[in-house]
Amino acid sequence: MSATAPAQNESRTLTGAEIVLRALKEQGVEVIFGYPGGAVLPIYDALFQQNAIRHILVRHEQAAVHAAEGYARSTGKVGCVLVTSGPGATNAVTGLVDALLDSIPIVCLTGQVPTHLIGNDAFQEADTTGITRPATKHNYLVKRIGDLARTVHDAFYVARSGRPGPVVVDLPKDILLTQGTYEEAPREEHRSYRPQTRPDAESIRKAVALLKGAKRPVVYAGGGVINAGPEASELLTEFVRMANMPCTNTLMGLGVFPASDPRFIGMLGMHGTVEANLAMHGCDVMFNIGARFDDRVTGRLNAFSPGSKKIHADIDPSNINKNVKVDVPVVGDAGQVLRALIEAWKADDAEQDREALANWWKRIDEWRAKDCLRYEQSGSIIKPQHAVKRLYELTRESGRETFISTEVGQHQMWAAQYFGFEKPNRWMTSGGLGTMGYGLPAAAGVQIAHPDALVIDIAGEASILMNIQEMGTLAQYRLPVKVFILNNEYMGMVRQWQELLHGSRYSESYSAALPDFVKLAESFHARGLRATDASQLDDVIREMIAHPGPVIADICVDQKENVFPMIPSGAAHNEMILGAGQAGGVAGVTDEGRVLV
Amino acid sequence: MSDEMQRTATIAVLVENEAGVLARVIGLFSGRGYNIESLTVAPVDEERRLSRITVVTTGTDMIIEQIKAQLDRLVPVHKVSDLSLDGPHLTRELALIKVVGRGETRMEALRLGDAFRARVVDASHESATFEMTGTAEKIDAFVALMRPLGLAEVSRTGAVAIARGPRSLAA
Repeated sequence: MSATAPAQNESRTLTGAEIVLRALKEQGVEVIFGYPGGAVLPIYDALFQQNAIRHILVRHEQAAVHAAEGYARSTGKVGCVLVTSGPGATNAVTGLVDALLDSIPIVCLTGQVPTHLIGNDAFQEADTTGITRPATKHNYLVKRIGDLARTVHDAFYVARSGRPGPVVVDLPKDILLTQGTYEEAPREEHRSYRPQTRPDAESIRKAVALLKGAKRPVVYAGGGVINAGPEASELLTEFVRMANMPCTNTLMGLGVFPASDPRFIGMLGMHGTVEANLAMHGCDVMFNIGARFDDRVTGRLNAFSPGSKKIHADIDPSNINKNVKVDVPVVGDAGQVLRALIEAWKADDAEQDREALANWWKRIDEWRAKDCLRYEQSGSIIKPQHAVKRLYELTRESGRETFISTEVGQHQMWAAQYFGFEKPNRWMTSGGLGTMGYGLPAAAGVQIAHPDALVIDIAGEASILMNIQEMGTLAQYRLPVKVFILNNEYMGMVRQWQELLHGSRYSESYSAALPDFVKLAESFHARGLRATDASQLDDVIREMIAHPGPVIADICVDQKENVFPMIPSGAAHNEMILGAGQAGGVAGVTDEGRVLV
Repeated sequence: MSDEMQRTATIAVLVENEAGVLARVIGLFSGRGYNIESLTVAPVDEERRLSRITVVTTGTDMIIEQIKAQLDRLVPVHKVSDLSLDGPHLTRELALIKVVGRGETRMEALRLGDAFRARVVDASHESATFEMTGTAEKIDAFVALMRPLGLAEVSRTGAVAIARGPRSLAA
């Protein structure tokens, strides 16, 4: 980035730590989330002596990875993490697996004991590459200074290419202190990892033929479209509007298609809308783009969309035919697939069956008329759905660019159901791993990337305590993140399953001995707010949005509310439970279903 | 799923010859619950730092497709080929088989070894060790015959395989 001639730099030797930082700079890293320790002191020393890369000190290494995930998901860039050896690395593992399951590009630098001590059970030694092998897309242990720069460049390439994911680079301390020469990122192709991004024309032709002839089509779009960049979401929107097809999104995909568009039929899956799940069940042609037929989405596999021809576009060939056998596999980047599809669609003379399509829309509108997300807010007890809905409406009213992260549980599902997203990269949630404690650090990472935006962590009172220490990070960097706690004094989703599947025996799911969240906020130099009565809700939300610093808003909600609709585990899309009145139907859950999570 | 046909597949994988690559392959099989019937590995191209892994596995077509796709997405993997599907191929395995005994049983073991074209690579008054190359079935048959004749120890490499004809697994 500097004006210095590269030749001049090449001649000078640098320490390993300096080589690492220079490689990060060349890879475009502006922010790194981390926590120091003995093995990475040389990198922290080098960080101290430069200004190009900003370091954000978190309070726990797991949070460093989640913050980097929030940063990556809201910007489309690779998130970067720096932790020390041993416990630094093991603490990061949950974050790494989270990023692996949600396909988030992360490069995590871990310190390691010096090479001559590896294998000796040295202080703060852990077999980091061994532990993180199944937790990452790929990992490296750098044993020679000559490999260092190339390895860091390689890590970034692997993290962002194909299906993105987390990559660990394990750095022994002696390597960081050794002198070496810097190598720029290679220009030639990678030796072995060259994922296919461009779809082959034949698969696109088959997809267009199926879609043009469809009488009851549905587009099922997931996080792969987000990973393909904002242009892919625009192309998806263009295609869906042009083809006038209903579009449903996965939890990971919310925002790839505007929620306000009449063709949006909501999220699908276990807590998806009636119209989305019945459209999936009854369609004759399904177009899956960038989703992976996850078990939360399909329900019982042998009853999943039984009558449809399925097109599956994915950048990762191992996702195709993994859970669900498909008719037309398309391997490629979602953006490139959509561009090719739109072109081929326009070039194709065949007409859509408009009458069949109109009938299909009529049926969908009938399902939609059931208004499956209806709830009743009467009296003074705040319904959690209402809290999210008002949060959505009042943030829209504020006109501010808004980003939402969540923890994991009931509040996460209500956020997905009642908060509408018009654009990609605005919704950060732990979809695959379901990591409680994700939302607060992720929100911190988002706020670092978007300092002027309104960043809200929709949380539960149990999840938030899993990484509550990150309130310290908010305070230190003056990050005005809003923590919006739907406090029902239960691990709500656990309680819901216990109610529906385990005879209402609420084993260990009550959130006993909760802190006073208002005082807790104040002790972390944040504003604490509370609403216990429905009449206070709007004022609290308004005050939260208006406050220039971090806020915890403790919203005390109905303790007994459950998330509906619900497809019980082991059930099919057309066996949804719509509401509390129908919950007795869960008695019909089979033993096979009960085994599932 | 149980009604779907299980088949045996011999998969050849060309990989970077680097630390941890075998652990990645084995971890993939154990982590995803796939079978390994045998697995062999050795460097095959010093200059280009390539090793070749041969895995024999069983599963439905869908599972074997998955195994191939999962192997292919590992970063240090150059090429994956399902030899059992991609055309005719040769499979060979090497075994060292030790028989301990004297007198007539020992003579019988040596005669059978001869008939199976197993080479005697070590012998003492009370033992003989055969080296044998062939398909897994041939080695199985020979080992079974040796059992009543004082079979003491077997060491096998697992299968290595290569396509017949001019086709090759280039990186």
